[in-house]
Amino acid sequence: MHMKPTLIAVCSGAVLLAGCASSPSPAELDAKAQQVIKASFRDQGIAKTDRLNQDLAQKACSSDKPPADAVADQIKADALYSVKWPTGGRYIGDWKAGEKLAQSGRGMTWTDESADTSANGGNCYNCHQLDKAEISYGTIGPSLWNYGKTRAVTDPSSAVSAPIVQYTWVKLWNSNAYAACSNMPRFGHQGLLNEKQIADLMALLLDPKSPVNQ
Amino acid sequence: MKRNLLLGLAATALCAGALAQKSAADGIAEYRKMLEDGNPADLYEAKGEELWKKARGPKNVSLQACDLGQGPGVVKGAFVTLPRYFADTGRVQDLEDRLVTCMVTLQGLNGAEIVKTPFGKGEMANVTALATYVAAQSRGLRFNLPQNHAQERESYEVGKRAFFFRGGSHDFSCASCHGEEGKRIRLQDLPNLTKNPGDGIGFAAWPAYRVSNGQMWGMQLRLNDCYRQQRFPYPGFASEVTIALGTYLGVNAKGAESIAPAIKR
Repeated sequence: MHMKPTLIAVCSGAVLLAGCASSPSPAELDAKAQQVIKASFRDQGIAKTDRLNQDLAQKACSSDKPPADAVADQIKADALYSVKWPTGGRYIGDWKAGEKLAQSGRGMTWTDESADTSANGGNCYNCHQLDKAEISYGTIGPSLWNYGKTRAVTDPSSAVSAPIVQYTWVKLWNSNAYAACSNMPRFGHQGLLNEKQIADLMALLLDPKSPVNQ
Repeated sequence: MKRNLLLGLAATALCAGALAQKSAADGIAEYRKMLEDGNPADLYEAKGEELWKKARGPKNVSLQACDLGQGPGVVKGAFVTLPRYFADTGRVQDLEDRLVTCMVTLQGLNGAEIVKTPFGKGEMANVTALATYVAAQSRGLRFNLPQNHAQERESYEVGKRAFFFRGGSHDFSCASCHGEEGKRIRLQDLPNLTKNPGDGIGFAAWPAYRVSNGQMWGMQLRLNDCYRQQRFPYPGFASEVTIALGTYLGVNAKGAESIAPAIKR
């Protein structure tokens, strides 16, 4: 009876100095980090603080450990469900326009004027090899050199090519459909690129005449 | 001069590319080596030393009594122990935040005004020059941030969480680019910052002179521009998230030799 209050007093005094015996729990640190992140940023141009509001996938993929299988499955299912298929089945656009988009890493920063899709690039070469003539390519994603050729796409509009064409559309629209914590932006889902732009990137990857497939 | 350097880079990259991909990085490393002979960061270091020793501000005193963690006026060795906890402010501070504290307390300058000043302008440019000078006095020393104080350990844990925090239009976190070994954006090598990336790499290279834009960048601007490219909103100068990230990167870099101020593409 006599000892207990004394111990509490000693301990709470020590908390201020060195955290007493117990350090903050992981949950307390999570809460502290959230609070620090919310307090540290401000709006600048088109980049507003609402970009810190995480959806399920962003939240679940914000750790050095992957999410639990059930969560990953939920993210993938949601992503697949979110995919908007091309109007009139126009999957394949112009590979030349696609190459231009693939080269551009622009868009959505606080120094960009507009958040419109027309102001955005595809950022593809930042992370992938595509046309072999372009030596300045990144390696965060796999090489996409000969993407269509190695998948035996000789005519993207043929029935036999349909599965790979649809797979590729999904990957570009919402990459989380196949990898819950994909490093690749969700170009369609996040409104970064419109249907036509995605169709142009599809052509770069799948059109037999594209430099990617030479 | 700058134009020639850029042309040189382009030529080096092209030649190297013609040989093989691996050689492209080698070519750029060669180019960087070539640049080290004349690093314009030296000019900022000299300006910083002058600012450190000169009586300035409403109180008309120098910064020579500034305590960067090694005791008042001790500059050598301070850089490789920052960010750390300071008892007088009651918080963890990085080099640039601490310099502003000294400019306020010793010289009577307006801290709120300084942190609002754009990079490269007015007193903010002075903070960068001072940071360059202070960092240069630890060149060749190895990073060894203290983690004894509860706030220092908390700063590390918060920084780690911030490092992996995904958000924005592109779902990027720091880890998207700096969480794995041997990756590149275009031809730019990306250090893995979840561990010690090696001597003079990552945290151990900033402040640095950027050849591509002719600017001197401290760690605060380095992190600021990373967040810009991450498509995040704007991090406040010396905001808690930037200092926590500094703690995370600095502690991870334990044992890495500092080459700051470095020179970058």
